[in-house]
This record gives sequence, C-alpha cells and structure tokens, in this order.
Amino acid sequence: MNIERMTIEAARDLVARKQTTATTLAESFYKKIEAEDPRIGAYLALSRERAFAKASEIDRLAADGAPLPPLAGVPVGIKDVLMTKGIVTTAGSKILKNFKAPYDCTAVARLEQAGAVILGKLNCDEFAMGSSNENSGYHPVHNPHDLTRVPGGSSGGSAASVAAGMAVATLGSDTGGSIRQPAAFCGVVGLMPTYGRVSRYGLIAFASSLDHIGPFTHTVKDAAIMLGVIAGRDPLDSTSADVPVPDYVAEVGRPVKGMKIGVPDEYFAEGLDAEVRAAVEKSIDDLRSAGCEIVKIKLPSTKYAIPTYYIVATAEASSNLARFDGVRYAYRAEGAATLSEMYRRSRDEGFGAEVKRRILLGTYALSAGYYDAYYLKAQRVRTLLAREFEAAFAQVDAILTPTTPTPAFKLGEKTDNPLEMYLNDIFTVTADLVGIPGISVPCGKTRAGLPIGVQLLGKHFDEGTLFRVASAVEHAAS
Amino acid sequence: MKVTENDVTYVADLANLELTDSERQRMAKDLSSILGYIDMLNELDTRDVEPLAEVASKFAGNQSSGSERFAYAMRADKVLPGLPHEAAMQNAPDTDGTYFKVPKVIEK
Repeated sequence: MNIERMTIEAARDLVARKQTTATTLAESFYKKIEAEDPRIGAYLALSRERAFAKASEIDRLAADGAPLPPLAGVPVGIKDVLMTKGIVTTAGSKILKNFKAPYDCTAVARLEQAGAVILGKLNCDEFAMGSSNENSGYHPVHNPHDLTRVPGGSSGGSAASVAAGMAVATLGSDTGGSIRQPAAFCGVVGLMPTYGRVSRYGLIAFASSLDHIGPFTHTVKDAAIMLGVIAGRDPLDSTSADVPVPDYVAEVGRPVKGMKIGVPDEYFAEGLDAEVRAAVEKSIDDLRSAGCEIVKIKLPSTKYAIPTYYIVATAEASSNLARFDGVRYAYRAEGAATLSEMYRRSRDEGFGAEVKRRILLGTYALSAGYYDAYYLKAQRVRTLLAREFEAAFAQVDAILTPTTPTPAFKLGEKTDNPLEMYLNDIFTVTADLVGIPGISVPCGKTRAGLPIGVQLLGKHFDEGTLFRVASAVEHAAS
Repeated sequence: MKVTENDVTYVADLANLELTDSERQRMAKDLSSILGYIDMLNELDTRDVEPLAEVASKFAGNQSSGSERFAYAMRADKVLPGLPHEAAMQNAPDTDGTYFKVPKVIEK
C-alpha cells in the first residue's frame, strides 16, 4: 500500500471497500512517521490513543456495513496551535510545554466527527510567528525535498508531513501566509479560506483579525473536501460567518473557459527568482490555453502590505499574548517574590526571541503617542488595500501570482535579520489583511528539485472559483 | 526611526517582559530597523480614509451602522454550560483546589 501520495478519497475508499482497515492505515502512517520524522521533525507529539480509538470506531462501522462519514479512516495531523482536548498543545512554545488542552478546536472536532483519525500535533513557529519554522521552541523542521532547507512557516510541520507522506492531510493556520508559503516550499496544496469561513474557536490566537485555519493536502480536490467539512457558522466564534457552505468538490474540474484571471504587475517585479517566474508564467500560459482571458491588473499599494501587516499583526498579538502571565496555566517562573516579578519573568523566560520582538513592536505601535502614527495609520492603509482588491475583482474572477519570491531557502540563511525574514511574506500578506481566500498549488520545480507554488486569490466566500481555477492549474502541471 | 534602550525598557514594562541587558540591546537595534522600514507608510495620504479593523462585520446580513453592525454576533442572555472548574484548573501551576495561588502583591 503506497501511502506517500495517498489522497483522502483513496484512503476512505480502501476502508469503505474493506481493502484495509482504519487501524491498519493508522499503523502504516505511524510506521512512516517513525522512519521519516527523525530527519524531518514535523511532529511534536503523537496521539496514538486517540487515533486508535477513532480508527476502531470507524472499523466497527465498516464491519457493520454502516454508511461511512466523508473522512472515514483518513489519517490527519493538526498544527500545534489548535487545541486538541486531553492532548498537550504547545503552539510551538516552551511556555506551553506541558499544557493539556481542556477542549477541542471546532475545526478539529468537525474533522473527527467526519471520521478523521488524528495522528498527532505538528511543529510550527512559536505562536505561529515565523516564515521558516526556525522559531519553534522545540526544534526546526526540515524540508522533505532538501533536508538542508526550511519547509516554510509558520505551518512548516503541517506542510512537511503531507509532502513526506506522514499524513494524508493536515490543518494549519495562516495569518500572513503561514499556510500558503510552506505549501509552496514543500510542493503541496495549501488553502487559506475567507476570513470567517472556518471558525477560529480553539485556535490559539496570534492576530484575531488576520488568523485563519486551513488545510494542507496533496490535491485541490482534497482541499475542497477538507473545507466542506470544517467550514460553516460556529456560535462559539462570533466572527465566523453565517454564509452557507456550498458543494466545493463540485467545482473541482469544472471548465475554466471564459474566466478572467488577473495578473498584477507588482507581483512580478525584480526580486522574483527567475525559475519561480518561469514556472508561474507557464501556469498563466496553461490557463490561457484552457480558454481563460488573462487580464493585466494593478495593485499599486502592494509594497505597503508588509509594513501594514507588521503593525496590525504585532499590535493584535501583543494583546492576545497578554494572557500568558503564569497565573492560570503555562510556564510560571520559580521563586518570584512579587506578582509583578512572576508576570515579567514567566513571560521573558517562557517566550522565544521572535515572540518577544513582536510583542514589543506591537506594544510600541499601540502606546500613547504612537497609536495614531502606527496602528491607526496601518488600519487606514488596510482600507486602501481592500479598495484595490475590490476594484480588481470587479474586472476579474481570480488573481494569479507567485506564492513566494523564491523557492525554499537554507536553514539559518535568514535568521540573523528579522526584516529579511519578514519579506518572504510579500505575496501572501495582502490576502490576510483584506480577508480574501487564497490557495497555493504546486506548479513545477527548480532545476535543483525545489518545489514552486502558484497562488490564486479569490473574492470573499468564492472558494469555489479558486478550486475551479486551481484544479485547472494542477491538471496542466501534472 | 531610532529606538533607544530606554524606549525598549518603557515598552517592555508595558508588556510585562523582564528583558536581560543583551536582549534590550538587541531589541533596540531590531525595532529601529523594523520601524525604519515601516516609516514608508507615511508616503501614503490616508487623511480621508476610514480605518479597517476587521472584515467579519462586512458580511453580516444586516448592514446597519455603528454597533448595530455587530448584532449578528449577539445571542440570547441565557446561561449555558462553560468550562468545568476542574478542567479550568488542570493546568494551574499552583492551586489550593479552588483558587489559583500567586505571590503576594506588594505595594512599593
């Protein structure tokens, strides 16, 4: 049984046809994790007890000939920023080293209700802050295509585990590109749904107006299946949208003839790696051959997205991470004489450098005298960005860009200069700021064998269009 | 934008972070560099532009103004089960079973 590129459909089919059992499938994936993960470092914890309990439940249903749910027996991994009840959930941070989640994230619960088998918790940059998984409080993740390189971040473990066949699908989170960028670096599909499409209940918050939960999969169809399971209004998240969930899978493979695809100049400027440019331009040609009209569009405020993001996200993070004070849960510094000392030392000893840097930046941007110049200013620029996308989507159905300016870089290459690391997000942050959905699809490899991803951006709640166009790109690239 | 070590200390106090000396030095340098880059936002004229804090309320069915925009996020004022006490205490660093225990607050 070749599990390396096994899709959701294939896994479920094997179980439904009794060609294998959910238990056997889980065992195969655990064996694969044992063999591969020491080199890759994708998993922080394995949840065998929970996995085999679910697998047995599915096996009983299958044996009884009962109807099987859409993800029956499908082995999945969960980014460690998502709460999994009874299982240690660290957000990639030492500050949460022994923290047992007291409840399940809604998206995780929905996957499990649909039959998915949760293999374990996936490594990530600490509190989802990073673009290379090098900020993990535990250990970095290695790109399965080249172990000397990063998988991307912050959902590096989620991307790498799918790429290496250590899970059929995974959940990650995206605040500035943390699903799409690692998907591109690892050669898998990564979807960031519209803000509010998927409940954020149970996602350890980084930036509440920018955080999204989304899947990593081998195929566009699998991403559509996953979204159908996790999407939808959740009374536990007041920002989750009361918008009906359509049949996303029905859009996969639909003809794209006559659709208008916008290509923005600003995303093809200097600094774009030549091989990335070539692969993405080939995808554009493929869509043209499939009957799409390629429209040049302008998104003039693109270069202001990164500074806007690093004010908004860090400001919101400084507020969200205030809860880590050593009082009710998480690391508490020993021997503190006063309450104040306990707060200050617990936080300084428990958080890593990047997290502290962002908390300080965000606090600064919100502080008296600077709030207008930074935070309020950034919120106004956010409106400008939103207007530009609205204008673009009046002309086109979807926007196509490279996902990242370069393929995966080497471990240690960008860790000395935070600003240089931040610039990796240049093509992905705008979508988070304006709340639109985005998907990264593998579209080729460099001569050295490194994956390249092409990004499609869509209108709010129009993931259907994204799946349709993305599957055309995927089909042409295969 | 030059951020001094004093600036870092002030902000670290606001954020309840006990920075070491070398951390403070490093942060002053990093923040200066990042804020210098962020200064490019001043190239944009945003005088008559509304701030965008979140997108969720844009998609609620009810498009009224002010706080009415958030009517969709309301629910009936009914008591529903919350996190059980035991679950809430299970990760406590120090507890007497009922309360979380912390060092005394000492007035300076």
